[in-house]
Amino acid sequence: MTEAYIYDAVRTPRGKGKADGALHEITPIQLVTQVLEAIRDRNKLDTSLVDDAAFGCVSPVGEQGAVITRTAILNAGYAETTAGIQVNRFCASGLEAVNIAAAKVKAGEADLAIGGGVESMSRVPMGSDGGAWPVDPAVAFKTYFVPQGISADLIATKYGFSRDDVDAYAVESHKRAAKSWSEGRFKKSIVPVKDVMGESVLDRDETIRPNTDMQSLGGLPPSFAMLGENFGFDSVALQKYADIEKINHVHHAGNSSGIVDGAAAVLIGSDAAGKKAGLKPRARIKAFASVGSEPTIMLTGPEFAAQKVLKRAGMTTKDIDLWELNEAFASVVLRFMQAMDIDHKDMNVCGGAIAMGHPLGATGAIILGTVLYELERTGKSTALVTLCIGAGMGTATIIERV
Amino acid sequence: MTYTAMKVDLDADGIALVTIDLPGQSMNVWNEALMTDFSAFVEDFAKNDAVKGAVITSGKASGFLAGADLRMLGGGGPKTARAATKQEQFEAVFGLNKMLRKLETSGHPAKALLNGDAYAKPVAAAVNGLALGGGLELVLACHHRIVADDPKVQLGVPEVQVGLLPGGGGTQRLPRLAGLQNAAMLATQGQPIDPQTALAQGIIQEVAPRDQLVAKAKAWVKANPKVVQPWDKKGFKYPGGAGPTHPAAVQFHMASNAMAQRETNHNYPAVQYILSCLYEGSVVPFDTALKIESKYFFKLLQSPQARNMIRTLFINKQAAEKGEQRPKSVEKLSIRKVGVLGAGMMGAGIAYVTAKGGMEVVLLDRDLPYAEKGKAYSKSIVDKAVGKGKMTQAKADELLARIKPTVDYADLKDVDMIIEAVFEDPDVKADVIRKTEAVIRNDVIFASNTSTLPITGLAKHSERPDQFIGVHFFSPVDKMPLVEIIPGARSGDKALAMALDYVGMIKKTPIVVKDTRGFYTNRVVPPYLNEAMLMVKEGVKPALIENAAKSLGLPVGPLALVDETSLELGKRIMDATKKELGKDYKPTGVEELMEVMVTKLGRMGRKAGKGFYEYPSDGGKKFLWKGIADYFPTAKEQPSLEEAKERILYAQLIPAAQCYADGIVHDPQSADLGAIFGWGFPPWTGGPMSHIDTIGVEEFVRKADSLAQKYGARFAPPQKFRDMAAKKETLYKAA
Repeated sequence: MTEAYIYDAVRTPRGKGKADGALHEITPIQLVTQVLEAIRDRNKLDTSLVDDAAFGCVSPVGEQGAVITRTAILNAGYAETTAGIQVNRFCASGLEAVNIAAAKVKAGEADLAIGGGVESMSRVPMGSDGGAWPVDPAVAFKTYFVPQGISADLIATKYGFSRDDVDAYAVESHKRAAKSWSEGRFKKSIVPVKDVMGESVLDRDETIRPNTDMQSLGGLPPSFAMLGENFGFDSVALQKYADIEKINHVHHAGNSSGIVDGAAAVLIGSDAAGKKAGLKPRARIKAFASVGSEPTIMLTGPEFAAQKVLKRAGMTTKDIDLWELNEAFASVVLRFMQAMDIDHKDMNVCGGAIAMGHPLGATGAIILGTVLYELERTGKSTALVTLCIGAGMGTATIIERV
Repeated sequence: MTYTAMKVDLDADGIALVTIDLPGQSMNVWNEALMTDFSAFVEDFAKNDAVKGAVITSGKASGFLAGADLRMLGGGGPKTARAATKQEQFEAVFGLNKMLRKLETSGHPAKALLNGDAYAKPVAAAVNGLALGGGLELVLACHHRIVADDPKVQLGVPEVQVGLLPGGGGTQRLPRLAGLQNAAMLATQGQPIDPQTALAQGIIQEVAPRDQLVAKAKAWVKANPKVVQPWDKKGFKYPGGAGPTHPAAVQFHMASNAMAQRETNHNYPAVQYILSCLYEGSVVPFDTALKIESKYFFKLLQSPQARNMIRTLFINKQAAEKGEQRPKSVEKLSIRKVGVLGAGMMGAGIAYVTAKGGMEVVLLDRDLPYAEKGKAYSKSIVDKAVGKGKMTQAKADELLARIKPTVDYADLKDVDMIIEAVFEDPDVKADVIRKTEAVIRNDVIFASNTSTLPITGLAKHSERPDQFIGVHFFSPVDKMPLVEIIPGARSGDKALAMALDYVGMIKKTPIVVKDTRGFYTNRVVPPYLNEAMLMVKEGVKPALIENAAKSLGLPVGPLALVDETSLELGKRIMDATKKELGKDYKPTGVEELMEVMVTKLGRMGRKAGKGFYEYPSDGGKKFLWKGIADYFPTAKEQPSLEEAKERILYAQLIPAAQCYADGIVHDPQSADLGAIFGWGFPPWTGGPMSHIDTIGVEEFVRKADSLAQKYGARFAPPQKFRDMAAKKETLYKAA
């Protein structure tokens, strides 16, 4: 089979996903357009060589609807012949899009492809696309639907993570993110976002608070206690996890991923296509996998996706130098490290979504890029990237520098 | 046209007054006779040009229409619903919806109404009294709804309480009139509302004095010759919004799905189906929505839950309350005045329910302050009711005036019945019996509310053992609906008749059980609670035990119940039994655990502030005591939820089956009623005997045998059930 190589990876900085966020005035089409332009311009790419582009987007309605990828390709001035597809695997959409691009290359269906993702959460709020799972009684009952925050608190309760544990994790995320920025670790991957006049409106992740400490987090009330206790969701969860007496609600805005706007793109191609375009391969996409897991606890999928992809790659945890797991909620990462026996010093080394935010459709592509640059910076070789996913799934990708 | 279940009078204006009046019945219901009549009327109404409109009312003072005849539905639906093909069965179930739809459209297609090409003839409901279930659904299908201005009139859709849904368009018309939230409350909880509330919610348009209802309805019909229901008009919108993308509706569905799961533990499919009807029906045209509703209704009719709930909670409960077990030879007895002996917790509760049932009460205790404290209990209950507006002060005063606290046996001289609730000590009881019989008339029935002492033994202290009987209440008396009636070996028919008449007057549900240690319920509950404690001893996580019980639909977990009744009491009874039986005592296996909890740790239960649970002294919510694992370590291998549920379920099914096999309860009906109303056995099952039928007797025996092998001989099925399995018999005749 043809090998799939990463030739470049870029991302926008992440802007606070509210009306007062720096990227709120930027349309989602612009976010995708600007990362596509960056891929083209940084690599002096003849875009007619790009067969296809897949972008993740979790709320593909309104201005993110109607296959935003294709609209952006046209808007970015790519060759008409570059096709576009929009991908939704909830929080792993961006990584899934990269995997699809890689799969196309591996299968010989594309020579050069782009995987990426976008979400303007300030403009198209989470949940805008509706969905049957929580709403349709027939399916909500059958599958014991609870919102993700309840699942995250269930993980903390079941696997013994206290409020202090999750808060300490969050403090570290901010610390690492701040340090990474001050050391310039993100510099090579960042595409500052420009406004209609061509002026930069954001060149740095907007939500990092380097001074976050246990005390400041300690004052935040749990976000999902009311939902769980008053609206019945705790009971629904315990109907499946019956050995637990009561859910300990530990998550809040400060130890969960932030709501932000952003986009990312990764250029992937075969060896031959890279040569043709005059590009130097940076890493090989060694293996990828997706898996379904129990939907009520919902967010434990990464463990199973990681095991699956390691097996597929013929590797063990010892063969992975750096780990990247989206910080959807602190307990998700804590549980993963506990289950897989991973040292925190190798996990999310540049900080994660708790500090910098989680633009749903884009995050998978963002963190893949983050860890690629970090491997290069530290001279390390392999990384495993994974995300927890709504409705109980996990997607994982292993990359290896060449 | 001639009708039997109703009459139709056409007036000079061409308005047909339909008066529903089922012959020979105290209350109107949808039965096959009314279905036939009403259907014929609707056909005529739609096509007969001489009829310009209609007013529907009832000829019964008891109310408008109380819903469908559950006897008809319990058997799987109207006769034709048992027809051959699924499609034919569906059509039979769809009949009511079709008829009501024709009533509101005059038979015009929805599209013609929508486009203004046709109009329906006006139909108004003049609702003179309660309209429930199919009764309210008939009202909803009328264009104008006027209800008697009387807060006692109940309007509601209680079908869910017997495992069904409002299948005459209730799940569709209610949300279109009152919004999803109000409709969900009414249909998933089944509680009725009064006319003013219905008016405020938009369910009805008018309230009026009872004697003006028909005239007002006719006036409205006359003034509105061409009508269309709101949902048949262009641009119709649900009040408050609906649909899978409407933000408020999405929030409603999310929350109601979770809350309904919390309340039902997935045991009552009707609740989910009602919510599904609300959701799915909100997306499609009205005629499609009605079909969806009927399809869900069809599924419920075939569910074991509906069959079992209708049988136990409605048919058998009503039969028991009407005195099915009552000796026919004895004339109805008048009970005007009751002597309650002992004003402790039980006596005080009995005094309250007796006074509430309209009888005079002489509440006797050794010291007047005790007797007065017993009466004060009634005062605390009625004060609360008055505070909540559920009772008038006058009624409360009347009730309290009926209770006379006393220390003087002479005050018992003119009572019709005695209920003894003194300390559970044979000597104390003997003394009280002797003193009482010295003053009461010689035709007075003496009932003992003992929970542990055999009635035949106590009756030996009576001069008139044929007038002596057991009447076993449950605590708290004012809340618990069951009464066990225990005839002793020499109890006569009159004693049994009066006990049943008395239970009827206090509106509780009686079962008649054999005079044996623990009677029925107390022969089942202790082994069940022991099983839970054995699980603790084996290292099963207490949370799993409690959640498994709740998941079955039991109101509280067994460990919470043990705490509530107190471990100390449990241990005292255990020690007493041990002493009494000597070397015949068969250990239950919980002796060591009881020893540790009560003697060593002083964890005696809720009253002590600690038992299996911790009870925070600041009144905070109780939580399971973690320290138990230090004494009975948590097992590495935990049972699955299903295994835990099964063990808890069979720990009740087996002793209940044994009671039936041993004739302690005489029939499956009593075993079922006693279980549901006595200790809160899950109502969705219809009771343990109904549930064994649902499982299948053969499968029940097989499962019990396998549990016996795994956990011990206490799970072995009674021989009677083995025989039934061999003969392929069921406990109840097939419906």
